[in-house]
Amino acid sequence: MKFLQNIFDSARPVVTTGKLKPLYPLYNALETMLFVPDHNAKSGAHVRDAIDLKRTMITVIFALIPALIFGMFNAGYQHYRALGLLNDAIGWLQFFTLDNFLFGAIKVIPMIAVTYIAGLGIEIYFAYRNSHAVNEGFLVSGLLIPMTMPIDMPLWMVAISTIFAVLIGKEVFGGTGMNILNPALTARAFAFFAYPSFMSGDKVWINTTTGQGEALVDGFSGATALGQYATTGGTTYSAWDAFLGIIPGSIGETSTLLILLGGIYLIATGIGSWKIMLSSLFGAIAISLIFNLVAPNMISPEQQGFLSIPFYFHLVFGSWAFSTVFMATDPVSASHTEKGKWIYGFFIGFLGIMIRVFNPAYPEGMMLAILFMNVMAPLIDHYVVEGNVKKRLKRLKLSTK
Amino acid sequence: MEINKPKEALFSKKNRKLLKDPMNINNPITVQVLGICSALAITVKLKPAIVMSLSVIVVMALANVITSLMRNMIPNRIRIIVQLVVVATLVILVDQVLKAFVYDVSKQLSVFVGLIITNCIIMGRIEAFSLGNTPWKSFLDGIGNGASYGLILIVVSFFRELLGNGTLYDYPVVEKLGLYDLGYHNNGMMLLPPMALIVVALIIWWQRSKTPSLIEKD
Repeated sequence: MKFLQNIFDSARPVVTTGKLKPLYPLYNALETMLFVPDHNAKSGAHVRDAIDLKRTMITVIFALIPALIFGMFNAGYQHYRALGLLNDAIGWLQFFTLDNFLFGAIKVIPMIAVTYIAGLGIEIYFAYRNSHAVNEGFLVSGLLIPMTMPIDMPLWMVAISTIFAVLIGKEVFGGTGMNILNPALTARAFAFFAYPSFMSGDKVWINTTTGQGEALVDGFSGATALGQYATTGGTTYSAWDAFLGIIPGSIGETSTLLILLGGIYLIATGIGSWKIMLSSLFGAIAISLIFNLVAPNMISPEQQGFLSIPFYFHLVFGSWAFSTVFMATDPVSASHTEKGKWIYGFFIGFLGIMIRVFNPAYPEGMMLAILFMNVMAPLIDHYVVEGNVKKRLKRLKLSTK
Repeated sequence: MEINKPKEALFSKKNRKLLKDPMNINNPITVQVLGICSALAITVKLKPAIVMSLSVIVVMALANVITSLMRNMIPNRIRIIVQLVVVATLVILVDQVLKAFVYDVSKQLSVFVGLIITNCIIMGRIEAFSLGNTPWKSFLDGIGNGASYGLILIVVSFFRELLGNGTLYDYPVVEKLGLYDLGYHNNGMMLLPPMALIVVALIIWWQRSKTPSLIEKD
């Protein structure tokens, strides 16, 4: 640490007043990321808290890491399994192998690097242009974006989606803390609508390029569980596998177990709102139960099958868990009032499952539901605040009578 | 005396301003934010956008001249109806001409040619300008506003067609450049209406950063 401190100390005069002044935002960002900044407020009353924005963001990163590492293993596992190189009988034993991890890491790490370079490039440019410090907001978005992408997403598409999200989703509104929409989901939504053939369907979730001339079984279909439900009304994956995460899907979303761990960590550290997560759970369960009730009235057998699955299937398949824990709880775009959080979370679960079931073209309804509720969040807050004002006015009237 | 006043030149500074202002500091789309609906609907490709722009220029210029000629005869109370009749007549004419000469484009534009009648820019210019100005000035104003509307339309559709479809005026640019072989793919989002709105917003952003007089002070 001393050695790093020395580097920063020696560089300080050059970037604050010297030749490399334009690089100051970058320098400042790196320094405050590595060391606790020593500048503090000089006057007035301030809330004293050990956790600043950077510590908050790092906590979320920690919560994401298990799911990310698992995603790398899973990418390799699904790949080798699709090629027929694994023995299905011993299943789990072949999951945590170095081969699997390396295969996944080679695919995922460049994606993460591209996201950070593209996103931070824009952030630093705007920081320089408006001469403020680089904000930490992108730290989490930059990791979330690759985790929501399929494994074979071309890097330039990831870069364009990231640039779009940071520029149109965030910087035009005023940067970190001012955005209406969740930047990571904006990137995913952009990629989803711009390059649908890379973001949906049954060919994109597993990498099936053959390495050393092994031939692939023709027409191998790696549909996700939700994709299968939408087309056939049933799935070949078991709920237990889905809970553990050994199913095809976007990189970070498959393992409900590890996302749950991340969620518990976020709640324990007080970073993520447990109200949003819990109410999203309620919303998802509520709509699933309603669907179970109306399922017999459906005409097509596929829809009947999809509607009648028990609620816990909805929680482990697809991105419900990932979206609820990491996307819906984004403190900027979520509802700010405590009562509002219940409503906001409930509708995310409710609408997410509803879109997923009713519109086979959008198996990932969670993404659209969260973006929709992001837009609605200020409205919810407005009415919660208004309601509170009314209640207190009434009380005032009563007490002065 | 009225007679002794020197005659104003056809393209005096004031008149040139009528042509020039809508292009930048008084642009109907990017500054007044009028006529957005058609800007979203028909800018998927360059060809319909160009045809639409020409139609709007013709309708706007003629409607301005006609209402300006009648400006002293129109009773104030029914002026909107008179304006609508004038514009509607011109739009029907344009529609018939399009159907006769460029049938496929008129099919693509479908209902939007008819909807020129309700284009807020046209009604706006008649109400705000030609009812109080001479025919020649109204004509210039119509041309200026129509052309600057068309300019934005063409810029938006240029980007949407190039990035969304890989073509320009139906010529496969991207394919000829060989970008598909390098792994390039068209951006499907560009073909969806929200992207038109975002492209217009980016133009507004760029324009305001270039002309500080447009930035509102708060």
